[in-house]
Amino acid sequence: MAEILRHAWLIARKDLRLEFRSRTALASAFVFTALVLVIFEHGRDPTAVPTIDLAPSILWVTFSFAAMLGLNRAFQAELENQALDGLLLAPISRTSLFWGKFGANLVFVALVQIVGVLLFILFFNVPVWRVWLPFLLVCALATVGFIAVGTLFSAMVVRTRFAELMLPVLLLPFLLPPLIAAVAITVKLFAGRPLSESGGWLRLLAGYDLAFVSLTTLLFPATVTE
Amino acid sequence: MLWARELSHAFGAIRALDGISFTLDRGQTLVIFGPNGAGKTTLLRVLAGLVRPSRGSAGVEGGRRAIGWIGHQSQLYGHLSVRENLRFWGTLYDVPAGELERREGELLARLGLEARAGQQVRTLSRGETQRAAIARALMHDPPVLLLDEPFTGLDRLAAEELGRLLGELAARGRATVLVTHDVKEGTELASDVAFMRSGRFVAFGPRGGRDAAALTAAYREAVAGG
Repeated sequence: MAEILRHAWLIARKDLRLEFRSRTALASAFVFTALVLVIFEHGRDPTAVPTIDLAPSILWVTFSFAAMLGLNRAFQAELENQALDGLLLAPISRTSLFWGKFGANLVFVALVQIVGVLLFILFFNVPVWRVWLPFLLVCALATVGFIAVGTLFSAMVVRTRFAELMLPVLLLPFLLPPLIAAVAITVKLFAGRPLSESGGWLRLLAGYDLAFVSLTTLLFPATVTE
Repeated sequence: MLWARELSHAFGAIRALDGISFTLDRGQTLVIFGPNGAGKTTLLRVLAGLVRPSRGSAGVEGGRRAIGWIGHQSQLYGHLSVRENLRFWGTLYDVPAGELERREGELLARLGLEARAGQQVRTLSRGETQRAAIARALMHDPPVLLLDEPFTGLDRLAAEELGRLLGELAARGRATVLVTHDVKEGTELASDVAFMRSGRFVAFGPRGGRDAAALTAAYREAVAGG
């Protein structure tokens, strides 16, 4: 297990270093997040729907689509110069490769979420800081399973002709359960309700994470073998 | 060190490999000549374990860890420096820290890349990138080398230096399979020669004392005939 984690760390560190140097996906995700929040801020009618009711949906839709930009990039970098062949040939387990990619994607999405929340507070004036700890928990729970599925699908579609189109098509149906749960919990949190009122949704998120992190870890080796 | 038994592989209706068998011992260098589309690259990919054959089997003593691979692409990350790439791949192959530095220095010097060590790979010329790819493949001092057109992109001096390096590695007991479409390139290195056409070895055996001219004549006859 220590060996798997060590190799996963090497891959994640390499991916993050590549991303911070090229800034391809990060820059796109930040710009996309800012753009969507600005559009929603100026396009909504605050007298029709209260901000507090609308804001969680806007936030989570923004997070989801911004994350896809990073997921698309995850295996594209390995196609450049066929580095993926080198990784598959290296004496590391496929699980290390998956967890490395998964870890790097989680860091990427966490960065996008931090910037997104700051912009969200700025534009929508929602007091996120009052519920920051439970909100952090919801973000973590809603992101882990979704990113695990996204990492698997990213590996599956990377060698297809329309990879960037295929990923959202495959991923969106799997995104619905955590997205709905995350929005439902966030609505309650922003309305000042305690986290204990969302026990059912939290269990759903935890179950989804457990199921899909396990399943994607098991399925990944088959997706990268020719 | 390396064996293939009745290897066959098809991509849909196209038969890429058709009943290939051979064994290779320490210090032997098998050079496989064949025209484009003969199945040379597929054979190397099957030997490396990157492609599962439709029929037959292949193996390398020591498994994936024992293989040094140079493919059509460099398998290097463009936004990492030459040194960072070598460190990354060396660490993945569990080369100890002290040894990592020594091998890196030795290979950079041998391949004339010392001045380029800190430079990002995307800024290198084609020939420099190929030399860096060779260094990457040799970082873990592999006992088996699988080389797909390794002279591509190298100028005359660099090609001669690579030839000398491969000769030394063979003398130190490395087993090598080198595929090329150019008979002149691999002749000097070959202890054994195979001519490949339509997924088959149409001729296979020791090179004997044949020089490039004799091999070219034999190759023309074998590949054009039948």
